[in-house]
Amino acid sequence: MRLTLKIWRQAGPTVAGRLVEYIEDHVSPDMSFLEMLDVVNEGLIKKGEDAIAFDSDCREGICGMCSLVVNGVPHGPDRGTTVCQLHMRRFKDGDTITIEPWRAAAFPVVKDLVVDRGAFDRIIAAGGYVSFNCGGAPDGNAIPIPKDIADVAMDSAACIGCGACVAACKNASAHLFMSAKISQLALLPQGQPERYRRVTAMVAQADAEGFGSCSNEGECEAVCPKEIPISNIARMTREYVKAALTASK
Amino acid sequence: MTLDAKIPGGAIVEKWDRHKFEMKLVNPANKRKYTIIVVGTGLAGASAAASLGELGYNVLNVCIHDSPRRAHSIAAQGGINAAKNYQNDGDSAYRLFYDTVKGGDYRSREANVYRLAQLSVNIIDQCVAQGVPFAREYGGLLDNRSFGGAQVSRTFYARGQTGQQLLLGAYQSLMRQVHAKTVTMFTRREMLDLVIVDGKARGIVARNLTTGEIERYAGDAVILATGGYGTCYYLSTNAVNSNVTAAWRAHKRGALFANPCFTQIHPTCIPVSGDHQSKLTLMSESLRNDGRVWVPKQKGDTRRPEQIPEAERDYYLERKYPSFGNLVPRDVASRNAKQVCDDGQGVGDSGLAVYLDFKDAINRLGVDVIREKYGNLFQMYHKITDEDAYTVPMRIYPAMHYAMGGLWVDYNLMSTVPGLHVLGEANFSDHGANRLGASALMQGLADGYFVIPYTIGHYLASAPLPKVTTDHAAFKEAADNVQGRITKLLSVKGSRGIREIHRELGRIMWDDVGMARTEASLSRALQAIPKLRDEFWQSVSVPGTPDNLNQSLEYAGRVADYLEFAELLALDALERRESCGGHFREESQTPEGEALRDDANFTYVAAWEFTGVGRKPEVHKEPLTFEEVHPTQRSYK
Repeated sequence: MRLTLKIWRQAGPTVAGRLVEYIEDHVSPDMSFLEMLDVVNEGLIKKGEDAIAFDSDCREGICGMCSLVVNGVPHGPDRGTTVCQLHMRRFKDGDTITIEPWRAAAFPVVKDLVVDRGAFDRIIAAGGYVSFNCGGAPDGNAIPIPKDIADVAMDSAACIGCGACVAACKNASAHLFMSAKISQLALLPQGQPERYRRVTAMVAQADAEGFGSCSNEGECEAVCPKEIPISNIARMTREYVKAALTASK
Repeated sequence: MTLDAKIPGGAIVEKWDRHKFEMKLVNPANKRKYTIIVVGTGLAGASAAASLGELGYNVLNVCIHDSPRRAHSIAAQGGINAAKNYQNDGDSAYRLFYDTVKGGDYRSREANVYRLAQLSVNIIDQCVAQGVPFAREYGGLLDNRSFGGAQVSRTFYARGQTGQQLLLGAYQSLMRQVHAKTVTMFTRREMLDLVIVDGKARGIVARNLTTGEIERYAGDAVILATGGYGTCYYLSTNAVNSNVTAAWRAHKRGALFANPCFTQIHPTCIPVSGDHQSKLTLMSESLRNDGRVWVPKQKGDTRRPEQIPEAERDYYLERKYPSFGNLVPRDVASRNAKQVCDDGQGVGDSGLAVYLDFKDAINRLGVDVIREKYGNLFQMYHKITDEDAYTVPMRIYPAMHYAMGGLWVDYNLMSTVPGLHVLGEANFSDHGANRLGASALMQGLADGYFVIPYTIGHYLASAPLPKVTTDHAAFKEAADNVQGRITKLLSVKGSRGIREIHRELGRIMWDDVGMARTEASLSRALQAIPKLRDEFWQSVSVPGTPDNLNQSLEYAGRVADYLEFAELLALDALERRESCGGHFREESQTPEGEALRDDANFTYVAAWEFTGVGRKPEVHKEPLTFEEVHPTQRSYK
């Protein structure tokens, strides 16, 4: 296949970027999208030109590192798929593909298609855990957890922290990301003692990072590679309201 | 040099408890005065950094990714073993220990393995307490499944994403410590040298991958938890950024490298589709609980699988190993897949694949049960191959997966460089010549949560550690060394792609140092690798500048290290003239074609000392003694 690629190039965080056009002739339908970019880069490297920077690691859809907006859609056209799992058989010979980084004020561009998602780590650091020091844990079977609850908690826990939800949202809201972790821990007995402190702290941190609010359009759910449902946001909102109403101070 | 493993005395069941009592402690108020550098944030690194932070140490944690949550432990699918005996099926710490020593083909250290089996139960408790959503039964208790090499059900899991959930548990504990300011996190940093002052590991030099700055970190001890070296084979199930660089640089500074030839080829991966491929995707071993492996009996049969009648299929694992069937250990499963493909019975376009068929399980249990157990794996398979494994059998083939070898460590997980500790896949200690499924997660977390918090305290309390700052001459020397190498990489300005050279190295390794190794193939590899290394330094093209994010430069540095390391791996394989576990020397096999050990001559750990690039390293041997499990010919029949 022959493709025309319009790829965002930006030398660094403080300089302006622009779309640069590349023609790639040697694309096989069995390639993954990132392998196609590898081929483009190999061509650039052989010519001594600066390769296109993009993030990826596991290349099997679980690490959450890859982060490309393909033709305006985070992770590209396939539902429930990270861009590393998107295959070129999804495209046709002669197609033009535009490739951009996540765009959100809280995810500044580092270079080309690479952004800084440190804000997500800081949201987790604010409270996305069970405060429990290693050692002295009770037996794993001491707390029975109904299977249906454990299953819903697992659905929420499946979030890979890629940030596509933010990139898709017109408000650049981190609600889907946050709510997945808040839901998981609010559903499980282990998360109860810090349930309200957690939601308050994480939402405050997200606000401080510059993520926007939720206006219920569901773009996040539509692009989420792990298909985390928007019902998590509803649960988070309930948790947040309950936290506000039951606050001791 | 004599290798002292420092194994405590006493009966095997008491060694660890006794050792915990005998080790020195650091007073709670003094802990914050010690700085510990942890390199890596996978299961071993994150659990170590979090636990040491909780104890009150000052921890500096260096991470190669944009976030500690990306480490490759996240990709582990199937599960984690623990000798809980929740199934009442006869499990015990001793049985897990026994299975692991046997599974490792009697090339691991008994005392370490027993400790691992003992601690396995604490790991499950710890992870449940963190809120890891393990699979549950309807009664609310934890569910288990079976894995290869065991006849009990002791594997805990969280759908097909166990590694992810365990890593996120450790990551959350780690971020809690970052918030508490006991751990300082340095993301997008790559360790490029180890700094030794007065014979002790006192720091590292790392490159800030965003700014290109060469940074110095000083501390009282260094912990490497930097994973394995599978990407030496270019195509592997490892993440594309996984590399040997940190371990290799430590090796060049004096840490011995043990058993590098013990590599694991995983039997169930999605087959290679073309030259462009950048990695291979694993299909969890747990699939062998319900999938049946087969090939057509007739050579070169090109019919579609559903057109081949039952009588014309060869379920070769069930036929050859009736008691373990499809759940034989990984090395046995891989070798048999290679054998049937070499015999012309392979399937798919390349003939380098076998079927993993779920038809019987779907008929027996219903498609919903299979979907619930393995849905994400079937989905992943579909995305990559465009085939629906609910209706057609999966095609699978072995691929490079895990490194049992690694930096040599003693019972305290300390390398031959005092103060340098090595955890998880980066060390060599627990899996012998073959790792059993669901044991990597167990080892990474045991090392980080339950071993290093004790043993590092003992080291800190025992060693005089005068304060060292990054102005010390040793830091300057290391930083200059790193800088020099970067300048050299950028100044070659050749015309060959880095990936192209890496791919070529991978081909040498897979063809000649892969699943079946011979004197001739290994000698050939030992000729080819140095030649490729020379070519790399003459003709590689590394574009860009050193002062910003330059992924070509990062990649070139890692490939350059692999071009040195690969030679050691091949040499170790050449000198180990026996077959054991994942290391199969064709010259050493039983009449039935199984791996044949040579216990009289090779019951030892080969620990290699670096003597210079292109110079023959010196081998030091740690003899292995088996007091509990007596080495026999492994049989899974």
